[in-house]
Amino acid sequence: MTDYSLDRVPDLAPSARYKFATRVMPLLLLALILLSIPLFEPSRTWLSLFNAIGINMVFALSYNMLLGQTGLLSFGHAVYFGLGGYAAMHGMNAIENASYDGGFWAAVPVFALPLVGFAGGALAGAVIGFPSCRRSDVPFAMISLGIAELVAAAGFMFISVFGGEEGITGDRMNGIELFGLSLGPLGDVYWFIAFWTFVGVALMYAFTRTPLGKIAQAVRDNPERVQFVGYNPNRVRYLVFIAAGGFAGLAGGMSAVNYEIFTPESLSVIPSGLVLLMAFIGGARYFAGPILGAVVLTYMQSNLSDYSEAWLLYLGLLFIGMILFAPGGLAGLLLSGTAALKHSFSVKGLLRVGAFASSALLAAAGVIVLVELAVRYSNGFGEAFEPFGLHLAPDQMMSWMVGLVLAGVGIGALKVLSKQGGMGS
Amino acid sequence: METVVFALLNGLIYGLLLFMLSSGLTLIFSMMGVLNFAHASFYMLGAYFAFTLGQHTGFWFALFLAPICVGAAGACVERWGLRKVHARGHVAELLFTFGLAYVIEELVKIIWGKFAVAYEIPPELNFSLFELFGSQYPAYRIFMLVVSIAMLAGLWYLLKRTRIGLIIQASLTHPNMVSHLGHNVPRIFMLVFAAGCALAGLAGVIGGNYLVTEPSMAFSIGPIVFVVVVVGGMGSLEGAFIASLLIGFLQTFAISIDSSFAEIFSFAGLSADGDLGRITIASLAPMLPFILLVLMLMLRPRGLMGEREF
Repeated sequence: MTDYSLDRVPDLAPSARYKFATRVMPLLLLALILLSIPLFEPSRTWLSLFNAIGINMVFALSYNMLLGQTGLLSFGHAVYFGLGGYAAMHGMNAIENASYDGGFWAAVPVFALPLVGFAGGALAGAVIGFPSCRRSDVPFAMISLGIAELVAAAGFMFISVFGGEEGITGDRMNGIELFGLSLGPLGDVYWFIAFWTFVGVALMYAFTRTPLGKIAQAVRDNPERVQFVGYNPNRVRYLVFIAAGGFAGLAGGMSAVNYEIFTPESLSVIPSGLVLLMAFIGGARYFAGPILGAVVLTYMQSNLSDYSEAWLLYLGLLFIGMILFAPGGLAGLLLSGTAALKHSFSVKGLLRVGAFASSALLAAAGVIVLVELAVRYSNGFGEAFEPFGLHLAPDQMMSWMVGLVLAGVGIGALKVLSKQGGMGS
Repeated sequence: METVVFALLNGLIYGLLLFMLSSGLTLIFSMMGVLNFAHASFYMLGAYFAFTLGQHTGFWFALFLAPICVGAAGACVERWGLRKVHARGHVAELLFTFGLAYVIEELVKIIWGKFAVAYEIPPELNFSLFELFGSQYPAYRIFMLVVSIAMLAGLWYLLKRTRIGLIIQASLTHPNMVSHLGHNVPRIFMLVFAAGCALAGLAGVIGGNYLVTEPSMAFSIGPIVFVVVVVGGMGSLEGAFIASLLIGFLQTFAISIDSSFAEIFSFAGLSADGDLGRITIASLAPMLPFILLVLMLMLRPRGLMGEREF
């Protein structure tokens, strides 16, 4: 008889050290980064960029609760961001009024307004999610698109709530001050954003560890089996939808305090599309993916638009490239790159990763040259594209050839490399 | 009476234009299961191609050439883009076409500029055909009507009366069986995708100068075409036809009604001062298709004439 005693079963539970390294360390690192940013005394431009990044991080992560974790593709997530933001905006105005005549809102600090946003977003999610979460997959995406169009149109119609075209404005320097922050200067607002970014990220990470978060991932992977186990996939989707709406509303509340204005534009399909791009380009399959996507896209949005008129085209090309060749997004690329190096650290592996990266860069450079030339050609001002001291005039055949050759060599090299087996493995 | 007749005529023309767009989308959707987000972008490409070609060859050549160019572009997209993503499921396909819509809009902005181009009705058709209740009715609208009906008849003949139509219909429902019989189903998919895009391009050629040719034209009509496909039902051209006309009439009628909620519901005591009272039926017109979409998906997911849920 073989002895099947328990002590022979290997302990599969992760060690305390492993748990600490994978679950607590990243959050501590985030807190450290958030705390250390003011030490570098960033300029006002950088501070407002950081604030925008913090807001988009929470927004993109909340979107990924649907896309990455539950497998729900939504084209209308900005609805919850916007409705939460409007709730916070009305809260801010109520605080201002209460600072003259008292009342309940006099006891609410502006610092806590993202909680009002959370409540608003979650409420909107609970109302709108109830009918739309009965379907999944493509019908869910279609319903979300229809609802986004409806809510955005309603936003322009109900002027007393949404303020019409010019939106509603508020003043954040009212009511009780928390942590000694008057929220007047941008530096104070940074601490406010940093606090709520950390709270949002930590809570959304904690959510993935709850039983609901786990069963949501099961619903994404195989809803039929979830049903066999005895859960109702639609109810799981609905609950996650409410939570995602709430966190989107939290981001909306942060945005309301940061910008002190909210317009019905923020409810529309355009910001919904942008948050989808953030989550996907960052990497929807990974928790940290949308964080990465939010950082990269917000930076692109605020800086690249100064350099190039065609930045939206680059964004679209990046998105399509990711879908076709790297569905794991930036996070997936980073992870598989480092995993490849860790797995077999050799000169050959290093060269391989380097070859991939450089041919991708070459292809990107070629595409950029072509696009920039096209932009200048169609503008017709006779302006030349001058990267790194080069002079590429759009009316010369030579400059187009440069772009074509760069793009051709880069894409060809990528094709050859990927034929030899994928990156790393 | 006057408003009703005009709304009926304009609604019919708008509905047929929508059908020209949605017929291709329905075929693509029911065959490959992918709702092509970029379908309206091909409609836009049709209008812009016709504008550029028309400057060199005149409108009548462009009427044939532009849809062919759009169809070729569609074939390339299917062959080198969509086919790759197909294995990763419908959500990935939807995302791909969503990104494609972005890219096409930006490309159009770069090539033809950010503002509307002067794509105009050809002078041969720029006269009023007849007089109705004292106002002139432009001949171009009747031309649109004729082209749409010719296209409708052609499509019906192709699908129901020819061998190619038989194979296409068979691959809609039984792709594996068709493949076993020795037909190249991926190539059929590609051809149907190209044909659908060409139809969208044709709609762009005749719709671009009737409406307006600008970079945002795809995003403004795209969601409405989705509504038509979903309301009409999966795989049903008849359903798409009925839904197109329904939405065409619904929108044109709503635009022609100028009364506000306050006037209609005055018996219920709704005042004209509040937000709700101030809303007019005309301002609701752009929302109506989406109300229809949400209701349809919740109450009757297979659409008006669809054979199966999607």
